[in-house]
Amino acid sequence: MEKEKRSRTRLVPLPSRALVPDRDAARDPVLECINLGITLGGIKAVEDFNFTVGRTEIAGLIGPNGAGKTTVFNLLTKVYQPTTGTILLNGRDTHGMNTMQVNKAGIARTFQNIRLFKNLSVADNVKAAMNNDMRYNMLNAILRTPAYRREEIAAHRRALKLLSIFDMQDIADVRAGSLPYGAQRRLEIVRALATNPSLLLLDEPAAGMNPSETAELMDSIRKVHEMFQIAIVLIEHDMSLVMNICEGICVLNFGHIIAKGTPDDIQSNPAVIEAYLGRNREAK
Amino acid sequence: MVFLNFFISGISLGSIYAIIALGYTMVYGIAKMLNFAHGDVIMVGAYVCFYAVARYELPPVLGVLIAMLLCTFLGIIVERLAYKPLRQAPSLAVLITAIGVSYFLQNAALLLWSSNPKVFPSIIGRGAYKLFDGALSVSHVTVLTIVTCLLIMIVLSLFINKTRLGKAMRACSEDKSAAQLMGINVNATISLTFAIGSGLAAVAGALLCSAYPTLMPTTGSLPGIKAFTAAVFGGIGSIPGAFLGGLMLGVIEIFAKAYISSQLSDAVVFAVLIIVLLVKPAGLLGKQVTEKV
Repeated sequence: MEKEKRSRTRLVPLPSRALVPDRDAARDPVLECINLGITLGGIKAVEDFNFTVGRTEIAGLIGPNGAGKTTVFNLLTKVYQPTTGTILLNGRDTHGMNTMQVNKAGIARTFQNIRLFKNLSVADNVKAAMNNDMRYNMLNAILRTPAYRREEIAAHRRALKLLSIFDMQDIADVRAGSLPYGAQRRLEIVRALATNPSLLLLDEPAAGMNPSETAELMDSIRKVHEMFQIAIVLIEHDMSLVMNICEGICVLNFGHIIAKGTPDDIQSNPAVIEAYLGRNREAK
Repeated sequence: MVFLNFFISGISLGSIYAIIALGYTMVYGIAKMLNFAHGDVIMVGAYVCFYAVARYELPPVLGVLIAMLLCTFLGIIVERLAYKPLRQAPSLAVLITAIGVSYFLQNAALLLWSSNPKVFPSIIGRGAYKLFDGALSVSHVTVLTIVTCLLIMIVLSLFINKTRLGKAMRACSEDKSAAQLMGINVNATISLTFAIGSGLAAVAGALLCSAYPTLMPTTGSLPGIKAFTAAVFGGIGSIPGAFLGGLMLGVIEIFAKAYISSQLSDAVVFAVLIIVLLVKPAGLLGKQVTEKV
């Protein structure tokens, strides 16, 4: 596998969105899925999935329950190996990579059901995800050499800085499992960011949140997006969140894409309305 | 004074159990499997140490280091060949494989080194410290064992809690697939766990045979089972638990031998285990897993 050099610390905020004119997904895609498909237990869970995400785009993946949204995330992160099609990440084919390699190549994700390392502290959760950037070996660790100290201190600082995005730096020593639900969801996002991704996948980040928490989350996602200038794909059922935050939306139903476009297009698309609400009897 | 003497022997024996139990508990914590071949790695370590010191007359420290190195490799190879292909298999299959590896190692030792017991040379001589005008005598091996065990515990807890590899290990023990999705190399982490456990087993083998100097291909199996008991006793998966469980098991065993009956000592040990598990099913320091409904 060709090792790609990614910058070590990307915490320095890049110029704000207005100064980055070229946001055209087609011209500079971070992710391209071409005819992606998978058969699970004889059923085509996802088929002919063609999807492109621009370098700094926020895209939404929506659809009724069981449409295959999480399956797409699992395909992108190689939890499942696709049966057909290609995934290009930063123009590179991810064929044959495993989960860890895909993460190193730049995809990070959160989970629908929170999967933090519950018995680790908040800071350790973030630092555990920083393995990509740390180099010192076991001998250094046992002898506590300067290299070890330097990297551990740097990692701790970086973890605190990342936590400060969500104002969580003061609870860095708390056990992750004892955090309230909303904080756990935010910590999952921080942990994913700690792996230095160029594409962040959020699987139902607002699930189980009340409207004010959702609004807060929306601000946080925007903030992360502005600071890191990364691409974000989110699966979400909360339509107000999706319509507010996403630049492009892709609608899945029964494993097929039924619509793609801007939030306005999607809201008025008859196929989407049908998928969500069922066929209108009178129109029939 | 006699009581104190027994107590110190108990702590010393318990230290050996604790070092072995660490191997069981770490592997269980991370790979979620019981490595019943662990006891036989102790035996291999002891044999390597025996040959290095008695045959090739190397300094004992070097002998132990060579034994650690070879056992580390043995641990990694066993994991790679026997357990890694079964990563997705049901845990029963892995358990049976571990028993198979255990018999394999014992029989390989039988072929290589024959069943004749070997007299293990003490790695630090047979001297003893005399305290209280000779009323209390503590052998050098005893002191070395206790000190080594404490040292291993301290270094290991620092390693687990303060380093990136330690964090990777804890992350893997909680959720392997989430860890993988966060860029942690799960296979390498499991290999590392086996390497550390097996390296420690070699140390335990050298200490065990210095205290009880008869070396046979089955030397490792009973201490292995007892250390496994110690790990369960303290709460399997918990490193301080392995330490506490090992020490307590050693003390109970020596006291049972001294005050009840040396034939019954093992029965007493297991009776205590049963009682502890009835009261605290997760072990002394184990985490109670409560399932949300």
